[in-house]
Amino acid sequence: MAIGETIRNSQIWKSIFRHPMPLDRRNRIVVMLTNFFLHLHPVSIKKQGIALSFTWCMGGVTFFLFLVETVTGVLLMFYYRPTLEWAYNDILALRDVTSLGILRELHRWGAHAMVITTWLHMYRVFLTGSYKPPREFNWVIGVILLLLTLLLSFTGYLLPWDQLAIWAITVGSNMARATPILGYEGPGQQLLTIGGIDMITDGSDARFGLLGARFVGEETLNRFYVLHCIAIPLATALLLAIHFWRVRKDGGISGPL
Amino acid sequence: MHSNGLFLKDVAGFLGSYYTGLAVMNAVAALILWRKKGQFGWAVTWAVFAGAMMILASLALSGSESLVPGLPLAARNLVNKLSGPVLYTLGTTALFTILFVFRKFFVQPMAAWMVFNLALVLMGLSMADANFASIVMKPDNVPIVGLVFLLAFFTWVATKQAVVNDERIKQGLPPMEKLDDEKVLVWPDLVYTELICMVAVSAFLLVWAIFLPAPLEEPASSVKTPNPSKAPWYFLGLQEMLVYFDPWYAGVVLPSLVVFGLMAMPYLDFNKKGNGYYSIEERKFSYLVYQFGFFELWITLIILGTFLRGPNWNFYGPFEYWTPYKVEVLNNVDLPQMFWVNLLDRPLPRAPQGAGTLVQIGTILLREAPGLALLGAYLVLLPPLLAVTVFRGFYARMGFIRYMIMANLMLLMLSLPLKMILRWTLNLKYLVSIPEFSLNF
Ligand code: HEM
Repeated sequence: MAIGETIRNSQIWKSIFRHPMPLDRRNRIVVMLTNFFLHLHPVSIKKQGIALSFTWCMGGVTFFLFLVETVTGVLLMFYYRPTLEWAYNDILALRDVTSLGILRELHRWGAHAMVITTWLHMYRVFLTGSYKPPREFNWVIGVILLLLTLLLSFTGYLLPWDQLAIWAITVGSNMARATPILGYEGPGQQLLTIGGIDMITDGSDARFGLLGARFVGEETLNRFYVLHCIAIPLATALLLAIHFWRVRKDGGISGPL
Repeated sequence: MHSNGLFLKDVAGFLGSYYTGLAVMNAVAALILWRKKGQFGWAVTWAVFAGAMMILASLALSGSESLVPGLPLAARNLVNKLSGPVLYTLGTTALFTILFVFRKFFVQPMAAWMVFNLALVLMGLSMADANFASIVMKPDNVPIVGLVFLLAFFTWVATKQAVVNDERIKQGLPPMEKLDDEKVLVWPDLVYTELICMVAVSAFLLVWAIFLPAPLEEPASSVKTPNPSKAPWYFLGLQEMLVYFDPWYAGVVLPSLVVFGLMAMPYLDFNKKGNGYYSIEERKFSYLVYQFGFFELWITLIILGTFLRGPNWNFYGPFEYWTPYKVEVLNNVDLPQMFWVNLLDRPLPRAPQGAGTLVQIGTILLREAPGLALLGAYLVLLPPLLAVTVFRGFYARMGFIRYMIMANLMLLMLSLPLKMILRWTLNLKYLVSIPEFSLNF
């Protein structure tokens, strides 16, 4: 008791937490206003808006899974090199040699879970009609977040560089070959011909742009690694910030008028 | 047929704990009901059921072929023989329709609990089949099993509230959500809820990670193509569409339209009601459209693509062995063939040797005229026709542009089930087939 008191009265503690313990009403309000992480939230909220039966906490769970993926992902990067020589062996070692051997499991199952919770969150938002005015645009941002979540999962699928990985990505990216006009097997690709020279070949079409090669190879591994670890997470983080900000600005969690 | 003996020894431990889990779950339910007034009968029911599950658990633990509870071979063979894409689609459609129409019945906790238990027992019995288990227990497929149960659960949670709200609104009362509109402080109420959710999710993920190792197959080899080659599970609905459409449509255009349609949704749905609370009656149209797209065209296709499509993307029953030698007769015909050759008994129009570009294009257009006419009627004539009939009210309230976007999105969405039906009934391959421009539809 006394120790706790001493710590909480120390200069160090007070310099970190800018508020007293949130034990009474006043300080429970102060904590929400002065803590960086908590200031995402309003101070008070309608009881209905925090009912589990209403939101299922699904957006929150999705966000939490995103954080789990970030942390486990950074740890995995310590052990993994995205080259043909090392990728598969590093994953093997992760299973057989590394201590705390469930890192890869946490990351993989967390990713599957995040895809599922994103769908469920969207389903909830639809069912409560929360995409209706004034929240239309936040729904649009949500759709982009859904797309980014799927792309994160898809680009990560390649990294173990096993049979499962390259063939799943091959099947998935083969679609790009059929992009109208821009894929070399797509309808209308003949239209982009200049002076009798085909502009869209298997070495210049949409699929090539995605893979960095004519087939899923080392260039693809590198490309997907960068997308998976840097580009898409950054874009997701930015859109999440806007998403949360809009939830507040649009009047908080939706409810009957 | 495969001998199940060794396999049953392997899964005995799993099935034993599975049924024990069911028993514990129902015992807890019985206990809770027993403490409530007027639920004595149900308490006894679930207690007895829990006892039965304990018996199944001990039978399963034996691991012996004659004792482990499972579906009889004849039943499994029958299911395999009967199942196919048509029956699967019709069956799931019928199931969703029944659940929707009789939702007032199914939202009752006891009815839902019964359905839930039934599904779990059926799952357990099926797990005793080596072929079923080998697909369902593939590590990357486990999440889909979870998805199915989560979707069922949350749909129940939502429908239950919607049914109550719809009843209240009919009586002129505000929805339930309105009763809780007093303000509470975020600390502690929300912050603690979030904390508990976080702990629960972490615990769940840890258990999952400890018990289910992540898959790692042989090192990648660009010469050894696995059969079947499948995209990640969340894209298998799209891969399933490839059965009915060419990649440019199933893999590029339709997915883009899904994304566009989702984004457009808030701007197309002009219904002001049902904003911020669960309700079905107040927004039946948008509800049904969304559920049709989500459940019929996305989730069931993923399940089909994952569990029922084997080598060469052939259909396999749930208890069928995935032999790569299964041959399916493909006798699909293009519409021009049907029209010119089968119906008019003439050869397909063909441009004379050395004809100019214009003549060639003209010939193609003539050859594809039936399909183009049908498509034109579908996409160009139908929207205005609907605007003055079924959708007259919509048209008046939405205006020309918004209405046209909605009508076209809906028709394109329906192009998938329509193409399925045409395939099943007429063996139609393509409505329009212009290989000269890689344009098949
Ligand atoms: C990475 C994925 C996503 C995360 C982490 C996320 C997070 C959140 C959170 C934490 C909330 C607060 C309320 C709640 O928890 O339900 C929220 C609300 C909302 N989300 Fe998302 N979201 C994501 C994706 C989506 C998607 C895919 C959609 C729809 C297409 C969407 C649309 C909305 C809307 C409209 C709201 C306001 C709901 C209301 O006011 O009732 N979000 N989101």
